[in-house]
Formats: sequence, C-alpha cells, structure tokens
Amino acid sequence: MTSYAFFGALEMGFAYGLMVIGVYLTFRVLDFPDLTVDGSLPLGAAVSAVAITAGYSPVLAIFMATGAGFMAGVVTGILNTKFKILHLLASILTMIALYSINLRIMGRPNMTLLGQDTVVDWFVGLAEMPPYISTPILFGVICIVIVALLIWFLHTELGLVFLATGDNMQMITSQGVNTDTVIILGVGLSNALVATSGALVAQNQGAADVNMGVGTIIAGLASVIIGETVFGDKTISRALVAALLGSVLYRIAIALALGLKLGSFSITPSDLNLITALLVIFALVMPQVKKKIVARRAQ
Amino acid sequence: MISITDINKAFHKGDVNEVTALNGVNLEVNEGDFITIIGSNGAGKSTFLNAIAGSYPLDSGQINLDGENVTKWAEYKRAALIGRVFQDPLLGTCAGATIEQNLAMANTRGKVRGLGFGVKNRDREFFREKLAILKLGLEDRLKTHTGLLSGGQRQALTMLMATMVRPRLLLLDEHTAALDPKTGGMILDLTAEIVEKQNLTALMVTHNMNQAISMGNRLIMFHRGEIVVDISGEEKQNLKVEDLLRRFSELRGEEGVSDRMLLC
Repeated sequence: MTSYAFFGALEMGFAYGLMVIGVYLTFRVLDFPDLTVDGSLPLGAAVSAVAITAGYSPVLAIFMATGAGFMAGVVTGILNTKFKILHLLASILTMIALYSINLRIMGRPNMTLLGQDTVVDWFVGLAEMPPYISTPILFGVICIVIVALLIWFLHTELGLVFLATGDNMQMITSQGVNTDTVIILGVGLSNALVATSGALVAQNQGAADVNMGVGTIIAGLASVIIGETVFGDKTISRALVAALLGSVLYRIAIALALGLKLGSFSITPSDLNLITALLVIFALVMPQVKKKIVARRAQ
Repeated sequence: MISITDINKAFHKGDVNEVTALNGVNLEVNEGDFITIIGSNGAGKSTFLNAIAGSYPLDSGQINLDGENVTKWAEYKRAALIGRVFQDPLLGTCAGATIEQNLAMANTRGKVRGLGFGVKNRDREFFREKLAILKLGLEDRLKTHTGLLSGGQRQALTMLMATMVRPRLLLLDEHTAALDPKTGGMILDLTAEIVEKQNLTALMVTHNMNQAISMGNRLIMFHRGEIVVDISGEEKQNLKVEDLLRRFSELRGEEGVSDRMLLC
C-alpha cells in the first residue's frame, strides 16, 4: 500500500467517521437497527451542497446538514414510538421518502461544488501542507472532538438514560423515564451525525449525489464490528473510539482489496458492496468460530 | 392513600380468546398498609399490580394515588410515585451499566435528568452505605457491571433501587419466586426491613401462603379477576394456612377443583 493510498483511506475513514459513530449509537447503544442512514447521508450532502451554492458559508452549510439529519432521525423515531411501526420498517420508510426529498432539495440527481469554497479548501489553504495530509487531519480533529463530546454526554445523567433505554426498557421506565422521547432524540442525534458526515464527504469530493447513500448502513456496521473486534468495547468510551478507528480500518481494508489482482482478474470499485457484505459476514461469523475452536481445545 | 374504583381489564377483547383479567375491582389502601396478595394462576394478581403501575390502559374504572387521579398517566409518569420489583431478577437492573450507574439512575427517579455527571463523587459514599445494608459485599464493587451479578444479587439491588427515592407505593410482583429458597428468604428479610424502616405502603404478590400470612398487615385473595378475601388487623395475625385453604375451597367448592391449585 502506498502512503498516498494510506492517507486516502485515513481521509475516507474520518470523513465517514461520524456516520460510523451515528450507526454505533443506534445499533449498539439504543439497540435500534436504523436504516435511515442510507437516506440521511445524502440528505446531509444535498443540504450542504445547496446551501453552499446559495452562498452560505461552508461551515454554516454543515450545521444546516446536521439539523436536517436530526429531523430525519426524529421522523423515524416518531414512526416507531408513536405509530408503533417496527423500527426496521420505520427507518426504511424514512429512507425511501428521503430519496425523493433529496431530489427535491437539489432539484436534480447530483450537484457539483466545483469553484465553490468548502471547509476542505479553507483548511488546506490555512495548513500549508499538501492536501492529502491536511484533509485527514481536518476530518480527524472534527471526529475526535465529536467523540470526546459524546463520551462526556454518555456519562451524564441524561446519557445514562440513553444507555439504559437500549439495555433494559422496563427498568428505565420504572425509574420514571419516557423511553419514547429518548428513542426519538437518540435516533435524531444519530442521524444528525450521519448527515454531518454526508456534508463533509460532499465538501471533500466536491459533489453531492442522490445515490451516494447506498450501502451506508452496511459500511457503518462493518466499521463498528471491525472496531469492536480489533480494539474492544469494554467501556462506552473505548467502544466509541473503537468505532471511529474501525471506520479507518474499514477504509484501509477496502483500499487493500481494490489493489488486489489475481492474474487477469482485478477488483473494481463496483465490487465494493460485495466485499463489504463479505467483510461483515466474516466479522459476524468469526467470534462464533473462535468460540468453537476454544471449546474444542478445552476438551 | 390509594383508592381503586371499579377497574376492569380484559385481554384479547372481542376475540374468542377474550380473558377478563380484572372484573370490577375495588380496593382502598391506607397509608402504611403492607398488603400481601394471593390467588391461583390467572386470578388477576399481576394484572392488578401492572394496572396500578400503568403498564397498560384500563377498560374502565379509576385509580387515585395520593388524591390524584392517575388513571390516564403513562407508566413512566407514575414511576415517580411507585417503586417496583419484578419476578424476573433481570428486569429491574440494567445489565450493561455498572452498579453505581444503576444506583445513580434510581437516585434520580422522578426527577429531571440533566447534563451533570451521572455518578457524582459525593453520591458514592451514599451508595456504599446503602449497598452495605444488603450484606453482599457489593459496596466494594461499585464499578462492576450488573450483568456479572447473580439473580439474587440483582434482585437485592433492584429492591434497593426501588426504594432509593422513597416511593409512595411499593409494588412487589412475586419478587422471590425466581430465586432459590435461601436467596428468596434473604430478599424477603430485606423487603421486611426496608418496608419497616421507611414505613412504606406496599403491595406484594406471592404464591407462598406462609409468606402471605407472615408478612404485612393485610391479606387479599384474588379469584377470577375479583377480590374475594380481604383480611386485616387481628384476624390477619391469627390467620393460619388451613383457614386460607378452607376459604379457598369454599369458593371453588362448586367447581370441584382441588385446593392444591392455589399452591401451584
């Protein structure tokens, strides 16, 4: 792997880092499998692209994307808690609806940011470093700040309530907590992070595309699982950092896979979804295989 | 203190499987009452407790708690006034959280949770004192994940959590039934101690008639969704298991069902 490819993977890993943290929050903390992310990632990209094109500052554009993502998550949360629609289905409904909404927001399937100022341009201009080094630094810093904030939050009184809601709903209800509100806010927070990630990605690659969200949930899940497997998840702080690093490892794994050549056969970017699915299956099966081997050795 | 007026609850309404779980139940609970509740399976004991806790909406009737009509209150809202311990020892505590985190969540029951630290340093000493009451050595394991504790330890912890903020009413739903006799006895002693010390008003469902007789100051028996026996005061003190069995066979005599049903 060239150092150029390595920095590229680092950049992608951190750009999608917030998305992975969002997926971690719903999947692991709230125990709410949320497919809204496939729609809220392009939503964030679309909102920030439109905002920038309309002349807003790129930073403000990111915050607007965050807010839009939050609202998308709130919709899923309300569908699930107030209208009693199964969480998976509720999130798929929002995801499907977002496809149309994203097209409406942009007015077309994709939008370039060529010639527009983005946070990436701004930081690269400021840092006096080659862009392939400064961009991962920018995204890395953003991710670290958000992860630190989340670690703090999950140790507050309110944060404990979030953890308990995903763990034991009856218990936390008996302690006087309205779990509906927690789920709505939690899924909202998760999608706010995912949309922020979408805005960063769009500003980095200089374009927003209505189809850029396809497979987000699987990439996020793969990253979470890789992070947990490699770095552990004993405490909530460790698990959050692991998810972020998992995002980077996942992109490195993808970069390595893309360089693979077997004779005349070489892996192309169109194979990415297959590779990711295999990676997730591998990561899910490994712990079971490990258990069996340990059990056999113990005999 | 609690007045329950003509409450009705049927499950699977309008279905061939319709079951009337509560059939016009009335009960006045006085401040400081410790009521034990018995009855055969499906008599409506647990449904009654869940109805008070607000686990599901009633078909009709009214529940007043502390003079306030709570019939329409959601479960979480009533939880500010009610402490609960369940039959399943895993239901009362959060497995993924540590002992101190669980206690901290119980310590804020009925209060607004903010952005202050969940477990505060000044609380830890208080938690240790409380845990020491259990005599299980948990006071030295504040940072242990609750999922690593045994069922009995978790139930003891739940007992503590349910009464950490003094509840206006304590609901115990067969909370020793899933434990071995020795651990169950320990939890029962703890229950008696806490109820006595905090002078709590409590309702306890049990399948064990000896427990029902030895604990509390009042005993009620459910049968087919109705309260058929309500004994308190001196009569309760002199009550024997045989008396209860006789009362029960009188009730079910016409059906020719063995009174052993009550004990199952």
